[in-house]
Amino acid sequence: MLYGGVSGADPTAGGAAKHDTDVTHVNGRTNVRQMGETKQMSVVDYLVLGDEPHLEANACTSCGALFFDRRNACAKCGKQSFEKRALSNSGIVRSYTIIHRAAPNVAVPYVSSVIELDGGGVVKGNLLEAGSDPEKIELGMKVKMTTFGCGVDEEGTEAVAFGFVPA
Amino acid sequence: MADNIWIIGATMTKFGRYPDKDSVDLASETALGALADAGATIGDMQSLSVGCLLEASNMLGQHLQKQIGQTGIPVFNVANACATGATAVRTAMLSIKAGEADMALAVGVEQMGKMGLLGPAGRERAKPTGFERSGRYGTVMPVEGVLGTQLMPGVFAQAGMEYASHHDGVGFEQFAKVAEKNHAHSTLNPLAQYQKAFSLEEVMGATMIAYPNTLLMCCPTGDGSAAVVLCSDKKLKTLDPDVRRRAVKISASVLTSDPYVESDTGQPDVSTLTKQAAKTAYEQAGVGPADLDLVELHDCFATAELIHYENLSLCEPGGAGDFIDRRGPWRDGQTPVNVSGGLISKGHPIGATGVANLYEVATHLRGEAGDRQIEGAKVGLTHVIGLGSACAVHILEKAAS
Ligand SMILES: [Zn+2]
Repeated sequence: MLYGGVSGADPTAGGAAKHDTDVTHVNGRTNVRQMGETKQMSVVDYLVLGDEPHLEANACTSCGALFFDRRNACAKCGKQSFEKRALSNSGIVRSYTIIHRAAPNVAVPYVSSVIELDGGGVVKGNLLEAGSDPEKIELGMKVKMTTFGCGVDEEGTEAVAFGFVPA
Repeated sequence: MADNIWIIGATMTKFGRYPDKDSVDLASETALGALADAGATIGDMQSLSVGCLLEASNMLGQHLQKQIGQTGIPVFNVANACATGATAVRTAMLSIKAGEADMALAVGVEQMGKMGLLGPAGRERAKPTGFERSGRYGTVMPVEGVLGTQLMPGVFAQAGMEYASHHDGVGFEQFAKVAEKNHAHSTLNPLAQYQKAFSLEEVMGATMIAYPNTLLMCCPTGDGSAAVVLCSDKKLKTLDPDVRRRAVKISASVLTSDPYVESDTGQPDVSTLTKQAAKTAYEQAGVGPADLDLVELHDCFATAELIHYENLSLCEPGGAGDFIDRRGPWRDGQTPVNVSGGLISKGHPIGATGVANLYEVATHLRGEAGDRQIEGAKVGLTHVIGLGSACAVHILEKAAS
């Protein structure tokens, strides 16, 4: 993709969503949930909400390759059988950049990072609570996943995204 | 080799802003220029390839024909991200290799206007209405800035920082030195969009876009075109001595896409496909990195150029930081890189880029590069990469004569 989409949200806003109250599993994969009055939806399919939010990959049953998108076949081995696999919530910072210029409705600076999850899976997400001083962000540092609200639609449904914080 | 393919005509526009011209004007200018340079006419061409990322679906090649000559030959409208122009050249080559043509014209062009560093994604979008999942990731709203970045300045910054994470002595300063060099080189190139030198302090102190890339470490958008005329070995033997004398041999032409790597899900891998393309190109041409008199590589961002030093084997593994620190890629260094000013200063009208770097190297091999001439240049390499990904590497050699 040459140019990506643009966020309507402040990526640095909101901390971790609370996971301890009144969780109703609205569908089987719990990427929609009811939190008191607020209905929440994960911002992407591969973020699973519920009691313990986590990332979920489509894992090739032949070679084990992991993917986050809807699959037709495996990019590594060409086979067509997949199973859902829950990924670890901890990992290390494989790379990062500090974004200072973005679309007008994206708050800057923010840190975009590439995270290598313990036990497999590489994912892109914002690095939160680490500041924006390159001297203080260490490549290889340990992080853990968190979730945060990233927008509310006109019906009051809140979108929930994931990010990473220093472990 | 009996089936060599030769560049016998090459030209480019100055890169920059042409608000009063459309892509057909720009493409016509270089197509006619390259034909004249080759001492040929459109009537001699048996194949036409036109690379233009933003207008390939618009039959641009046929619109060009309607301005320079409708001769009924096959036309290929080519799009392949930032490798679009190089792919158009390769398409023309393949027509010759397949025996369908003995002379072919390849044109790269882009009319980008002032779309801005972030492209259409840099504009504000409407607030979300009802959330509904869509696309292959079941996304309920745009996630740029929410789940990291996928815009080019950040993606290439991350590529550079990943290299830095594995190699000591690579950091902000080394990346900035790349841009310092390319801006300095561009002062000798009248065809460059910008021709202004900046000190290392000015490069590092410029507006930060995506750390470690400052504004002066990012290529600008712009308009421009470049074109080449190719011919077969057999055809070359029938042409004027002056055309033969100035002919440049394409010793290698390689196009790759990215093989599967685990990290694809987090970050596009711009290195593996470049390494594979370079390795195959060196084998095809029977030359090594030490034989190269100049290299034009894809410095869309300063972070990209640095990692390609290693990807193209211009330095030892892990040695890219040291290579720039000791001025290896400067025009008077070990292997001059981007003596044109590179994408960072020469500019990057997407479809034109992969043809323009062939023009640049061919012009040096012909000894016609004026103030920026690398004296005695005999062998040169060009490289482009488009995210997605597509990578093209060409090796050119001066005619033996
Ligand atoms: Zn597989």
